[in-house]
Amino acid sequence: MARAATTADAFNAVAEPRRRQILDALAGGERAVNDLVGVLGLAQPQVSKHLRVLREVGAVDVRDEGRQRLYRLNGQALKPIHDWVKNYERTWAERFDELDAVLEDLKRKEQDT
Amino acid sequence: MTPATSSGSAKVTLPTDEQILITREFNAPKHLVYKAYTTPELVERWWSGQRGKVTSAEIDLRVGGMWRYVMLVTCGVNEGLEVGFHGEFREIVPDEKLVTTEVYEGYPDAAALDTVTFTEVDGRTLLEILVQHESKEHRDAHINSGMEDGMQEAFDGLEQVAVGLITS
Repeated sequence: MARAATTADAFNAVAEPRRRQILDALAGGERAVNDLVGVLGLAQPQVSKHLRVLREVGAVDVRDEGRQRLYRLNGQALKPIHDWVKNYERTWAERFDELDAVLEDLKRKEQDT
Repeated sequence: MTPATSSGSAKVTLPTDEQILITREFNAPKHLVYKAYTTPELVERWWSGQRGKVTSAEIDLRVGGMWRYVMLVTCGVNEGLEVGFHGEFREIVPDEKLVTTEVYEGYPDAAALDTVTFTEVDGRTLLEILVQHESKEHRDAHINSGMEDGMQEAFDGLEQVAVGLITS
């Protein structure tokens, strides 16, 4: 699957460690930009730049409340990444379903003896 | 097939850039889960899941001993492909813990260190497999190896936050 070599998709947007920190911080709920500046220890222009990239891929939403701009997560935009890991998870889920059957056999044998 | 006793599906998280953590609870005591995990004839029955069959499982269960599993893929785009994995046991605590190296033979440069723990609570067992890679690139390649749609790019940047939040 080809993807653009820009920041215009979710994979690239979360490639940057600082942006992942922002997502982490927003995991706990909506936050104002100033809050994020405090949490990350970065200058506000940098934080705003990262937020813009995250907004472009839809990873965060923003709304104005009074004089504050509040940012929150939009999990749907991160779904491609989620699906990537999900596929790997499915491999293990299938294995473990088979392992369940093996364990039932072992339990039965143990009870018989 | 999902037996009635199924305890839910596997959970995969990415605790750090170099790690994969796989967890699952089983409705059986830990000595049986350990047995199913370390006995070749039993591994043959579950390790390939529904995507193939295990054509070889060798386990020399002692510190310094080797294990090797080979699976023949029987469905999907890789049908007919034989994939091998092997490693060496580094630490063995019967019924409790295994530490072993793991090498996917299709990508032999990326050796991982797996720590497998078996924790029993009320007759049920939590199985945890922590896969530690040397780099994020290797970790991502490992995850890609489980995919069948050919998406082979080593994606940049990915963390548990992105995974856990989708469903929340």
